[in-house]
Amino acid sequence: MIVRILGEGQWEVSDDRLPALNELDSTVEAAVEQGDRETFSQALDALLNAVREAGTPLPDESLEDSDLILPPSDATLEEVRELLSDEGLIPG
Amino acid sequence: MTLMKRISLIFRAKADKALDRAEDPRETLDYSYKRQLELLTKVRRGVADVATSRKRVELQAAQLQQQSDKLTEQAQKALSMGREDLAREALTRKSALTGQMSDLKAQQAQLQGEEEKLTLASQRLQAKVESFRTQKETIKAKYTAAEAQTRINEAFSGISEEMGDVGMAVQRAEDKTAQMQARAGAIDELIASGALDDASSLNRGDDISRELEAMSSQSDVEAELAALKAGTSGGSAPQALEQADSTPPAQVEAAEEPRKEEGQA
Repeated sequence: MIVRILGEGQWEVSDDRLPALNELDSTVEAAVEQGDRETFSQALDALLNAVREAGTPLPDESLEDSDLILPPSDATLEEVRELLSDEGLIPG
Repeated sequence: MTLMKRISLIFRAKADKALDRAEDPRETLDYSYKRQLELLTKVRRGVADVATSRKRVELQAAQLQQQSDKLTEQAQKALSMGREDLAREALTRKSALTGQMSDLKAQQAQLQGEEEKLTLASQRLQAKVESFRTQKETIKAKYTAAEAQTRINEAFSGISEEMGDVGMAVQRAEDKTAQMQARAGAIDELIASGALDDASSLNRGDDISRELEAMSSQSDVEAELAALKAGTSGGSAPQALEQADSTPPAQVEAAEEPRKEEGQA
């Protein structure tokens, strides 16, 4: 499974790590919905660190698309909301 | 659905929309490649822009540091002349600068971080664009238009995700830089208006310097006067006595002038 952290690159993560990542991901998602800034930034950090730790970076020249995409490490709660909205942050 | 999945689906939808449906799908490859090169230029320009902003902030920090050092010197000088009030004023101004300086240091660190991130992004994109170009040529050489479609979709989806990512990184860096530019502009204005008492402006000088200079020229005059008087009592030439009588009062008056202005202000 390939996971992208926006602004950082892509990691190959084995499928058996997915449940743990999903759990961390739910915490981030709930924090975004509740507008809980503090939990959001802690949970996002934890999630991104888990991906970096569990994964192997893909080489720069690889052209594979990702199964999962995560916000940049310095994203604000508002930016993640915008990212999730259709006319969001992604240009093009 | 998880957050990670939602974001990836949004990216995919955008990529799908961006995929140009040319009559011959192989044309799509050339068109996409052209856009990739444009984005690469844009990221490199982004790196240069952030670097320019960082240098501007560094220059301002240096100017403020210079001003702060000058105020410390002034405080020492004032104190040595027994003017605690002036020393206090100089130190008060210096402490106002300290806040500005730590703000600038934080900005500098942030801009440095953006610069590094964009530099890495441009390296990643360059590697991917190069790899895309190779694939593109292979696809064009090996496959007919009809066969090419699947291969094209594969090559295209990976690069378009990267382009979305990089495009977003450039946008965010631009936004952050613009915010800091506005603040840097405000500091430039402050320095230009003399509100921060830019010590480096030679023709103006600030009020503390003027007062200290006035005091030291006054004490120079007194010292010279005393020396002349001492000389006279020892039987000096009348010409020297005459000079001592005429020049010093004019200097004293000139020297006192700024202090009067300061008192009224």
